[in-house]
Amino acid sequence: MLMSVNGAASGGAQALPRRRKRSLSHSKWPVLILFLPPALLLFTVLVILPMGEAGWYSFYNWNGYGTPTQWIGLKNYQLIFRNGAFTQALINNGLIVLVSVLVQIPLALWLASMVASRIKGALFFRLIFFLPYVLADVAAGMIWRFVYDGDFGLVGGIAHFFGADPPFWLADRDVAMYAILGVVVWKYFGFHMMLFIAGLQAIDKSVLEAADIDGATGFQKFRLVTLPLLGSTVRLSVFFGVVGSLQLFDMIMPLTGGGPSNSTQTMVTFLYNFGVTRMQIGFGSAVGVVLFVFCVTLAFSYKRVFMRHD
Amino acid sequence: MSIRISKSFSASVAALALIGGFLSAGTAAADSVIRWMHVEQVPTTIALWTQIAKDFESKHPGVKIELQFLENQAFKAKMPTLLQSNDAPAMFYTWGGGVLQAQSVTGALRSIDPALDSNGGEWRKSLNPSAVEGLSFDGKVWAAPFRTGVVDFYYNKDLFKKAGVDASKIATWDDLLGAVKTLKQAGITPIAGGGRDKWPLHFYWSYLAMREAGQKGFEDAKAGENDGFNAKPFIKAGEDLTALGKLEPFQNGYLGATWNDALAAFGDGRAAMILSFENTPATQATNSTSRKGLPDETIGRFPFPVVQGGAGVATDNLGGLNGWAVTKNAPPETEEFLRYLASLDIQKQLAKDTQIMPVVKGASEAVSRPLLKEVATSLSKETWHQNFLDQDLGPNVGAVVNDVSTEIVSGGVNPADAAQQIEDAYSLERK
Repeated sequence: MLMSVNGAASGGAQALPRRRKRSLSHSKWPVLILFLPPALLLFTVLVILPMGEAGWYSFYNWNGYGTPTQWIGLKNYQLIFRNGAFTQALINNGLIVLVSVLVQIPLALWLASMVASRIKGALFFRLIFFLPYVLADVAAGMIWRFVYDGDFGLVGGIAHFFGADPPFWLADRDVAMYAILGVVVWKYFGFHMMLFIAGLQAIDKSVLEAADIDGATGFQKFRLVTLPLLGSTVRLSVFFGVVGSLQLFDMIMPLTGGGPSNSTQTMVTFLYNFGVTRMQIGFGSAVGVVLFVFCVTLAFSYKRVFMRHD
Repeated sequence: MSIRISKSFSASVAALALIGGFLSAGTAAADSVIRWMHVEQVPTTIALWTQIAKDFESKHPGVKIELQFLENQAFKAKMPTLLQSNDAPAMFYTWGGGVLQAQSVTGALRSIDPALDSNGGEWRKSLNPSAVEGLSFDGKVWAAPFRTGVVDFYYNKDLFKKAGVDASKIATWDDLLGAVKTLKQAGITPIAGGGRDKWPLHFYWSYLAMREAGQKGFEDAKAGENDGFNAKPFIKAGEDLTALGKLEPFQNGYLGATWNDALAAFGDGRAAMILSFENTPATQATNSTSRKGLPDETIGRFPFPVVQGGAGVATDNLGGLNGWAVTKNAPPETEEFLRYLASLDIQKQLAKDTQIMPVVKGASEAVSRPLLKEVATSLSKETWHQNFLDQDLGPNVGAVVNDVSTEIVSGGVNPADAAQQIEDAYSLERK
């Protein structure tokens, strides 16, 4: 931006005094030299270097002590893709994206369309719906672990009330993931709702009024006017859902820790459980690299394909 | 002008920094700070440790001891980085086994042999030899022994009576399976299990493997002889455990239960048995819903049963052995403090007030609770002390053992595959 301004200034420079022109064309260098290094240094030290290191470690069998010496080539990567728990983690990550697109975003959109208008109590409900998102992930996980508890929790209490055997959803390898998905939806729909509220408020009221005059029904207005105008927000929302799914970790740890039988691992919990806690730093780094490749590919291709015009 | 100001300013900053540096160097020379990193969570124990540290400080002017706590899992995850940084503590808690060995190989630790052997080997002679040996690798002692322990079955006498089970008659694995069946028929949950943490269930596979293979068979497996952990006794151990799992002996939802949940189930009287540490009488109480738990007279104890035809005997114990490892750059007073911590009087006090099984000869007489006295007797008569497998075999193989133990119990893997998985993992570690 700065450069283009400078270019324009020096392009039509005849009218400007000489001194001013010189100082302008030279001014970008001091600024660059002053402001770029701190950011560049931080980015290099905190982002680029660790990434490079992880890539390097991923070719070693290394427990984290001393320097890695045992080069094993691509063995760590082979082990990852042969590991059933990793496949399960991939499936679970996909499941989270799916639920976020099919359940969470429609729910958020529906609620947003109700509380975006300035009716009585809308603000209060906005706040209520947004509250779960404010909560720390770990805290949410611990609260829900208690809710799901069959002995003393809410679910157990309800079952006891109806005289049924209390279920232990988090202990059941066929059900645990769905229980977690429930918490994910509960935790993040408020965030997506806020995005949609912002999007809805940005829509020009006159367009909707025009639709009213044309005799459009409520659903027609939503489908033909609101939704298309919300397109960029929906695409952004899905993007956040995908990225959030790939990062999901701190809510799962207090809920199930990835169990039972690895049925609730995500890629990040897999990295932690199989890399960090087992002191398999080489293997863990390889998982990190795979995760990184996934993230980068997804993020860039999504932006390329879906968010091109946003 | 501005240049001159900034020059003099930076000069004064540099001078200040220098002075500061001298000052901090000065204090460091006057004081040795022993940073003591632990995972202990019981407030009364920490209070006693703090008191012991204070007493030591008053006897050794210029020495300061700082207790640092890290939560168990965080401690294990952080240790590799911490040990290689300048922030390494002077001494830290260790479970021995493969982790300690890995740490010793990297040169991050200092062996305590010189301290053990000073004064004609006074310190070494005061300790139980098995404890010293358990923390030794490559001919050197890498941690000062602190406490030991045994895993046994603890049972609720009232519930056993209600179901008509006689604990003294449980000698073999089949007896135990019979007791489980009888308890279930009486509508009582036989065993409390913590499947979410996995390691509570690894006790079962470990003990069964010990009973099936015996000490010799176990050491052969570690050395990779006779198919290693893929040998018959280890598959048989898995089969024995499958038989238990089929009876569904654990409380509902045990796969989502932590160790604390399991202790609570036992302490609340919701389950009749628990395979657990020597400190169960204390921990079942603190974890129970009422915080009081079962009174000592309601709790009984019996050793893990033997298996018919197995090479192991009932006096072979699975249990912890903990110590304090000293880091390379620790102040020289660290060993002095550890020797103090392992002196007879202190160990007696620790045994009495914090219910540890002491490692110093003669200190176990201070153990007063009858249940703990039984444990002390069992320790004194033991024929083999096997450290927990998730420590002994190293963190990676240990995690595999924990995983397969849980899977066997819950029917997720068959015994042969389980043995193969352990062998596959361990084959990478054999040198």
